[in-house]
Amino acid sequence: MRWIAEVLVALRPGIADPEGQTIGSGLRSLGYESVSEVRSGKLMRIAFEADDSAAAEQAIGEMCRRLLANPVMETASWELRADEQMDAEEARPS
Amino acid sequence: MTLLARRPRVAIAVFPGTWSERDFAHVAESILGWEARMVWHTETDLGDPDAVVLPGGFAHGDHLRTGAIARFSPVMRSVEAFAQAGGPVIGSCNGFQVLTEAGILPGALMRNDHLQFRCDWQWLRVEQPSAAAAWLGDLAEGDLIRLPISHGEGRYVADPATLDALEADGRVVLRYVDASGRRVPEANPNGSERGIAGIVNARGNVLGLMPHPERASEAELGGSDGLRLFRSLEGWLHDQPAAAERRL
Repeated sequence: MRWIAEVLVALRPGIADPEGQTIGSGLRSLGYESVSEVRSGKLMRIAFEADDSAAAEQAIGEMCRRLLANPVMETASWELRADEQMDAEEARPS
Repeated sequence: MTLLARRPRVAIAVFPGTWSERDFAHVAESILGWEARMVWHTETDLGDPDAVVLPGGFAHGDHLRTGAIARFSPVMRSVEAFAQAGGPVIGSCNGFQVLTEAGILPGALMRNDHLQFRCDWQWLRVEQPSAAAAWLGDLAEGDLIRLPISHGEGRYVADPATLDALEADGRVVLRYVDASGRRVPEANPNGSERGIAGIVNARGNVLGLMPHPERASEAELGGSDGLRLFRSLEGWLHDQPAAAERRL
């Protein structure tokens, strides 16, 4: 079955994030003076096939470790769900 | 017999988006009289080189992270095997980024702290040159050299334990300094931890640096300090006349 993972790659705490700081100063200059911190990151939406949720979890964990995040400076977290729309389309009689 | 029976031979890895390979080849062939072989990233035959160059540029468009995709290119399997056998490897700029992503060198290179692409001349202080004998053997502790930098993502980061270990082992070999050799914040062009501009692996055969020695190898181009790295390699190769010995 098809799965959708939304992977959030963020900088580790303590790693300087000049991009986030610049976005933060932009927000403050717009008048949002209460903004104290912005941390930037990457969101990736990955569609893939796996037999069940355990296999899907294992696969996405591996993808994060092996490529999507660099453990020197980044962490990865994700939300996984079955692609129900796709499943419904596949189940529809032709 | 103390001289190499043939000219030094260097393999230059070329990825889609690499931009410094011709400069390296020009220095190797036209200035030094070496043989240079460009190796496209899908190839695995390096051509039995004496040294391997990973040049600067934007391999695979720098997508995901700089160097992150290049490490999966077939040529990297051969580069890793060459490095593991002790063969001299130099990664400049994007090549340094590829070496860290491949896990051949520790740490990572991140967006410059000021977010600007920085293209300028930069003073560097040589430290522990004997730790990278093949590349810095002709240089002395404390030597100041001036090389161009050209990068948007050159901020060297690693966790404090890794940084301490690098320093303790004498593997930080190039640091950003001012014209007087002082490590001051204004001389750090990208916010690198501890002013680190170049490091070597534990064995000492793999050098990664953000500056571009190939762009400073002719006086006409503003300086020739970069040539000292290539002359070091030449001298080191000459001191190791048998091919089997040309490994650190």
